[in-house]
Amino acid sequence: MNVAGAPPAVGLADGLTLAEKILARASGRDSVRPGEIITCRVDLALLLDSGGPRRIWPRLRELGAGIWDPERVVLVTDHFTPAVDAASAAILKLTREFAAEFGIRRFFDMQGIGHVLLAEHGLLQPGMFACGGDSHSSNGGAWGCYISGFGAIEMTGVVVTGEIWIQVPDTLRVTWEGRFADGVVAKDVMLALCRDLGMDNAFRVIEYVGSTIDAMPMSERMVLTNMAAELGADTGIIPPDETTLAALRAAGTEPDAGALGWRSDDSAAFLAEHRYEAGALEPQVAAPHSPANSGPVSQAAGTPIDQAYIGACVGARLDDLRMAARILRGRRIARGVRLLVAPASSRIMAQAAEEGLLTTLTEAGAYLLPTGCGACAALGAGVLAEGETCISSTNRNFQGRMGAHSASVWLGSAYSVAAAALTGRITDPREFL
Amino acid sequence: MTSRAGGHAWVFGDDINTDLLAPGLYFKAPLEELSRHCLEAVNPGFAGSVQPGDVIVAGRNFGMGSAREQAAQVLVQLGVGAVLARSFGRIFYRNAINFGLPVLLFPQAGEIIPGQRLEVDARRGTVRDLAMGQSFTVPPLPEHLLGMLEAGGLMPWLHRRLAARREAAQDV
Repeated sequence: MNVAGAPPAVGLADGLTLAEKILARASGRDSVRPGEIITCRVDLALLLDSGGPRRIWPRLRELGAGIWDPERVVLVTDHFTPAVDAASAAILKLTREFAAEFGIRRFFDMQGIGHVLLAEHGLLQPGMFACGGDSHSSNGGAWGCYISGFGAIEMTGVVVTGEIWIQVPDTLRVTWEGRFADGVVAKDVMLALCRDLGMDNAFRVIEYVGSTIDAMPMSERMVLTNMAAELGADTGIIPPDETTLAALRAAGTEPDAGALGWRSDDSAAFLAEHRYEAGALEPQVAAPHSPANSGPVSQAAGTPIDQAYIGACVGARLDDLRMAARILRGRRIARGVRLLVAPASSRIMAQAAEEGLLTTLTEAGAYLLPTGCGACAALGAGVLAEGETCISSTNRNFQGRMGAHSASVWLGSAYSVAAAALTGRITDPREFL
Repeated sequence: MTSRAGGHAWVFGDDINTDLLAPGLYFKAPLEELSRHCLEAVNPGFAGSVQPGDVIVAGRNFGMGSAREQAAQVLVQLGVGAVLARSFGRIFYRNAINFGLPVLLFPQAGEIIPGQRLEVDARRGTVRDLAMGQSFTVPPLPEHLLGMLEAGGLMPWLHRRLAARREAAQDV
């Protein structure tokens, strides 16, 4: 499933950040400077059922245009799967017809969330420049590529021309050193960073480095780049290393020989550099209605909840199901509380079944939902009623995000969500480890 | 669409996000229905009363959040003439220009009183408050984006580009 054209980092000027190198290569130049507006050639375009064919196809008709290169397009149904009414069924039907009409071979229909599927199928490589029709497309930046989210109208331009304009962002470097305490994970890092760096980082790329990140598996790294969207950044990016290459090979893609050359030069200029100690971090939760309203879980302990939700690209990976199972094994969730689990892909669902995680979770009282974006964006099963409170392993808790306007959503790691399901109140998960 | 607008000011605070602009609950509904719920959680009267040409004045990070283009489209649908904010969510900012909706950085957002009549000129980088007789200078849009805006957004721009391509093909 290798997408052609994973490029080497050669012939570029010195003193560039990783993001600048990729943008220079994609725009056919040897250098770029922050603030410049450039036109980039797109290596890969991710279209989803949400803002994909249903919004792009009518515009292609209006333009009398086709798709520049169907081999570089990946199409996924995830936001409206499975159909819950005639409207969502019609959107899915149209998406399937679009795949057939334009001969899109990489069409993943009801197999999981697009951001997760790109990784599972080894479709992202260091040095690539990619665009996705969804804000959390930044998820893929963990693979050392520049992948950013855009609206459907912009993706129309991408699939017609194979190009897009970019205002070269500044790079903000975030360094994490040391080891986490047990019960602390990448999600806690991002909730802390939303508070610390704010959510207003447009025209910036967040580059994550340091020994903490070196030790992370790809799945945890993708949490960091996924939630670069919550920081408001153009994207997040992590320089590739042996972990990246091994994961690519495991996904069936042989990395380019020069893949490890995609990293910031020692002489690169960063807008700012922030350093953190992993060992000092406690499990975090974010209070309604912003990921930046975060703090140590202990400060929110005791807040009663109605629903606990483990779902989404960022929060229902195999790691998350393992975290929840570790807390819930041999225990039972509190009366009057519902725990919903929507694994992020079919493969994760199968692996979780094989490991016995689904049994552990359902025996503890969890209610298993289909894979897909689901309640994270109030599109699928599990939405909230007026006045209800939920703790969720998802990435966004804006007012109305998961249902009724007066519902309250707290964000936390799968550990924190599972612990809250056990007690019926927000709880420090370390009590159950 | 042009790079100019004039109308009454609707003033909002910081962090107006895409779920407030285009709530997921009405996501499958036609644009007209979705636009009736625009910003209802923070100002229930907005969608029903906003007039063509009116100007949104907001704090930091207006349009933060999801890639949903409807967040910008509902404002165009409601006739909003321009959005002025201290800063913008990046995808919203791009979507707005792609729909021909002027979006300008406006550090002086706090000086605008709701309901005041404003005149906005994105090319010159000026905002005039007619009642107060004040004129503000704001960072003008980069030329590339002004061109997109004045073309009427991305679709007219693509039309032009494809027409040029077809013409070139015929010349060969």
